[in-house]
Amino acid sequence: MKTNGSYQQVVIAGFGGQGIILAGKLLAQAAMKSGREVTYMPSYGAEVRGGTANCMLVIAQEAISSPVIDSPDTVIAMNKASVAKFAPKLKTGGLLIFNSSLVDQAPKTNVSIEVIALPADKIAHELGSTKVANMVALGAYLQKSGIFGPESAANCLADVLAERYHVTIPLNKKALQQGAEFVKKTSG
Amino acid sequence: MSGKVLMCGNEAMAESAIQAGLDAYFGYPITPQNEVTAYMSKRMAEEGRVFVQSESELAAVNMVFGASATGKRTMTSSSSPGISLMQEGISYLAGAELPCVIVNVMRGGPGLGNIAPSQGDYFQAVKGGGHGDYHCIVFGPSGVQEWVDIMPLAFDLADLYRIPVMILADGILGQMMEPVVIPKDARRKTQDPGLPKKDWALTGAEGRKQNIVRSLWLADGAIERHNYDLQARYRQIEKNETLCEQYKVDDADIVIVAYGIAARIVRGAVDKARKEGIKAGLIRPITLWPFPTEQISRAADEPRIFLVVEMSCGQMVEDVRLAVAGKTPVVFWGRPGGGIPTVEQVFGQIRELTIKPKREK
Repeated sequence: MKTNGSYQQVVIAGFGGQGIILAGKLLAQAAMKSGREVTYMPSYGAEVRGGTANCMLVIAQEAISSPVIDSPDTVIAMNKASVAKFAPKLKTGGLLIFNSSLVDQAPKTNVSIEVIALPADKIAHELGSTKVANMVALGAYLQKSGIFGPESAANCLADVLAERYHVTIPLNKKALQQGAEFVKKTSG
Repeated sequence: MSGKVLMCGNEAMAESAIQAGLDAYFGYPITPQNEVTAYMSKRMAEEGRVFVQSESELAAVNMVFGASATGKRTMTSSSSPGISLMQEGISYLAGAELPCVIVNVMRGGPGLGNIAPSQGDYFQAVKGGGHGDYHCIVFGPSGVQEWVDIMPLAFDLADLYRIPVMILADGILGQMMEPVVIPKDARRKTQDPGLPKKDWALTGAEGRKQNIVRSLWLADGAIERHNYDLQARYRQIEKNETLCEQYKVDDADIVIVAYGIAARIVRGAVDKARKEGIKAGLIRPITLWPFPTEQISRAADEPRIFLVVEMSCGQMVEDVRLAVAGKTPVVFWGRPGGGIPTVEQVFGQIRELTIKPKREK
């Protein structure tokens, strides 16, 4: 995939409660640990379970100017509203990963983009909990973009999860791997 | 805390204040800076220092007054509507020459407005806000690391000049996370350029002359003299403490002036313009008061256009116009009420301003 040099602008979006913010923090933490510059900007304020949540990440080798993203390189959309809102903003040649367990089909966009229909909820359910659909999606993104491997993210789970959730680390790791596996299989 | 950590601006700034020797924090929660109150409630207790969640912003700023009067390092934080409530107290702090740090994580206004990032409180911060002839030193950081680095400086300057120092941040800076290094025990060493002894503080008068901390001066001519004293100090601050960053200004045909998070976005637009062959540059005031009038005036000696970009309807632009003093055109573009300028939008403004004059030839 064209990673647009070393400047990656990523939007992760979905329902509140889908772990959007956690996925973003994990990606940011892993990016920092890999020695890159990173900014992470969450939507904030009125977000509640069932409402919308999103975060914007810029991952780069050089100093980052704006933490606010006009047109992303990648959109990871976990529900229908997020696909509708963010897919049209993608750059030409950008990447859309959408949760095909909850969204029927990819939207039409004015520019040509690459689309991965990822059954994130289904894969997560098979692993034991739909709660890790966020990690499935993140694993898929990391595999596709190649910025760093899903295991780099897995190694940062303990940094971003509250200690009482550390029991879920093995499940989250598996979810990251399965997301990556899905991309390996389908693009092979 | 050592090495790089990923923290949001609100928490990183709070930790930096603690490392800078903050003795007492007083605050009342308001979005988008609730993380400050939450973080302080935990960390100040861990450090055995004072944390009070006050019953109102008015109470918080007056608790700051009280704590500062005893010679302690103290601060409060809030967001725009809460900072408006504090203005009386800030005027009193300035009048009584009490050092403190006040953080404003700006949101959309006027009124209760919204909770989105904004830069609508520039006038309030640099032109007074409260009543009377006074200034606060005002910083406008444009990244989490810079905000962290400013905190110890803010406390030092407050102590050095006996003046309230205000930090103008915004919702993005408060919420966004960036890798930061938080310096430990960042307090200026007293022997270095020398922070003055706080021999004016109310520490119990046993064995010495009584100290009085006040902003009321009723004797004939007393407040006039007090004002001249304050003004002399303000001139000193203007001379010594003005900070600004210049980015690709030397050969620029168009110079954009922006501060805070808007300056980050403008920097992206400047880079984009340079790639397209447009000679753009950025002047970024780091202190908003004292304002980098001289630096901007010097840059205006060249025949070039000035563009001021703010997340407001145009406030700092007035200070830029005063600095440029009619030498060259100053154009404003901004978005108020929580609208966030995009790199594309700012680039569009740059392109329009640099192409148009050529067509008119």
